[in-house]
Amino acid sequence: MYQKDGEKYFVVDSHMHYWNAAPDNWVPGAEQYAKGWIECFHAYQGLGPPATHWTIEHFQKYSEDDLMKDVFEDGYVDVAVFQPTYLKEWYKEGFNTTERNALMGEKHPGKFVYNTRFDPRDGDEGLKTLAANVDRFGSKGVKLYTAEWNNGSRGYKLSDPAAYRYLDKAQELGIKNVHVHKGPTIWPLDKDAFDVSDIDHCATDFPDLNFIVEHVGLPRIEDFCFMATQEPNVYAGLSVVIGGLMHARPKFFAKVMGELLFWVGEDKMTFGSDYGIWEPRWQIEGFVDWDYPGDEFSDYPRLGTAGKKKILGLNAAKLYGIEVPAECQLPAEAGTPGAHEVLAGQPEEHAASGA
Amino acid sequence: MTAVSSRGITPGPPDRGAGPPGPPLPSARAGQPAVADGTRGLGPSLLLSALEAVRDPELDEPITALGFVAACELTEPGDAEVRLRLPTYFCAPNFAYLMVADAYDAVSAVPGVRETRVVLEEHFASDAINGGVAARAGFARSFDGEAVGELDGLRADFLRKAVMAGTDQVCRPLLASGTAPAALAGLTLGQVPPSRPLDRLKQRRAELGLPAGDDAPLLIDPQTGQPVEPDGLPLHLRKARLTRTSLEANGSICRGMLQHRYDSPGLHQLSEEDPE
Repeated sequence: MYQKDGEKYFVVDSHMHYWNAAPDNWVPGAEQYAKGWIECFHAYQGLGPPATHWTIEHFQKYSEDDLMKDVFEDGYVDVAVFQPTYLKEWYKEGFNTTERNALMGEKHPGKFVYNTRFDPRDGDEGLKTLAANVDRFGSKGVKLYTAEWNNGSRGYKLSDPAAYRYLDKAQELGIKNVHVHKGPTIWPLDKDAFDVSDIDHCATDFPDLNFIVEHVGLPRIEDFCFMATQEPNVYAGLSVVIGGLMHARPKFFAKVMGELLFWVGEDKMTFGSDYGIWEPRWQIEGFVDWDYPGDEFSDYPRLGTAGKKKILGLNAAKLYGIEVPAECQLPAEAGTPGAHEVLAGQPEEHAASGA
Repeated sequence: MTAVSSRGITPGPPDRGAGPPGPPLPSARAGQPAVADGTRGLGPSLLLSALEAVRDPELDEPITALGFVAACELTEPGDAEVRLRLPTYFCAPNFAYLMVADAYDAVSAVPGVRETRVVLEEHFASDAINGGVAARAGFARSFDGEAVGELDGLRADFLRKAVMAGTDQVCRPLLASGTAPAALAGLTLGQVPPSRPLDRLKQRRAELGLPAGDDAPLLIDPQTGQPVEPDGLPLHLRKARLTRTSLEANGSICRGMLQHRYDSPGLHQLSEEDPE
């Protein structure tokens, strides 16, 4: 829990990791990819405050104690959602698997939610593994990385028939939340790998599943926002938005937040630190203190204390059925609605006044 | 209205004329002024000048301004070598390919250049891209089995995004200086005061084959070229602003990542402008 100015914020870190990307885990022959991946992540950390930067060695492999201290002891987080990313073509034991996460988490009861994953290219075997993981780890969510390399394939779309088969199965197994992370490759490579229109199809066809688009679809915020406005079960995962922009590019952060608050709304935005890319502490402190830097943003929706409470924890708690202490709850109807409500009612309203 | 030109987010280098960078096609560069650096004939500065016309198709900014040109030289008289670098090892291979191919075409078209070599450094697909561009193989053959087509559709999709972002760049100053929002739908391009963003918007529209003359409407649907009707105006302007925000935020993250990856600035790299 984070407390500031008499307000209590229940914090759910809805997107974080416990990885091993050190050379001992690199697949022989794929070392350049394993190295390139973790160096790319490390560059993202460079967008946070200098005092929170790690050496590349520490970044490749941090310990369980590091995680517990950074996320819970120093980082104010009440419950953290592990989001696995396998990348077994590059990392021998996987980059961070459901098993690795759960092995650590079982020593800290009540602190973690174990999401699992699937890859629609894994056929019948993959469906069995998914069922076994849900059974063993009690997963209510999956993390999907559509750019994952798999046996010569460079990725997939969620609208592929094979993906629908997996989504059907996931729903049948009791999965509620699908976290989607787009990457630079898909099949075929001549299409835009970051395109989110496949999520649009899934959200329509699986209305009982929630689709949390991580990194708000970056670098396709515009496509994501417009889609999210029309789909009631699409959420904006704020990992990378806060970590990558709030400190390094405050004006862009304000604009992106303004757009998200308008198009998606504070009820559908969830905080994720993306740990170990960034530690949660500075992100939470900065976010609670945050306001638009100046009058030029006056035509964007405001974000008040109620909205910050929702984004930092209450929205994700609802998605995962996490119990929130009474002192951290909000009265019903607190906060500000998003564009799907506003746009419909006020067609004459527009944003382009003043700059 | 004169404040408009100072708001451009991607000013060209100071030694260029007032026009925006041209598309990476030999024909479009015919009228481009030579760099006044005192050298006569072919030199690295002429090559760099050609590279300033090559854009990152995703960010709609010159690869020079973004810091992507690591080196540019003549290894022998007439033999040009360009080295490009990107913010990450895993930047999308299709956009990377377009930049390498466009750089190859731009440099090859410089008078006096006989051989061109463009090398994308430290990228997971460097070998496929560098080899494919050198062999003029096209994208699908360079990524045999992984791609089914060329990248014209992708380029056009992102040009349409550039048109939307450019619409916000042109309209925002107009609104700030008192033009009523509803009046925008009635304006033609010729009625908008001259500015660099306006030139840029017209050029992007022309590249797409969309109406770009002085009598063309300021606000059009970049997919169909049809004028935006008054009842569609608020949403159109919202989308334009959203698209601009997205492109600029992406550019800003790319710059930050590049800076973390490489200590030194690229050739003719520009520092980031404030978004407004």
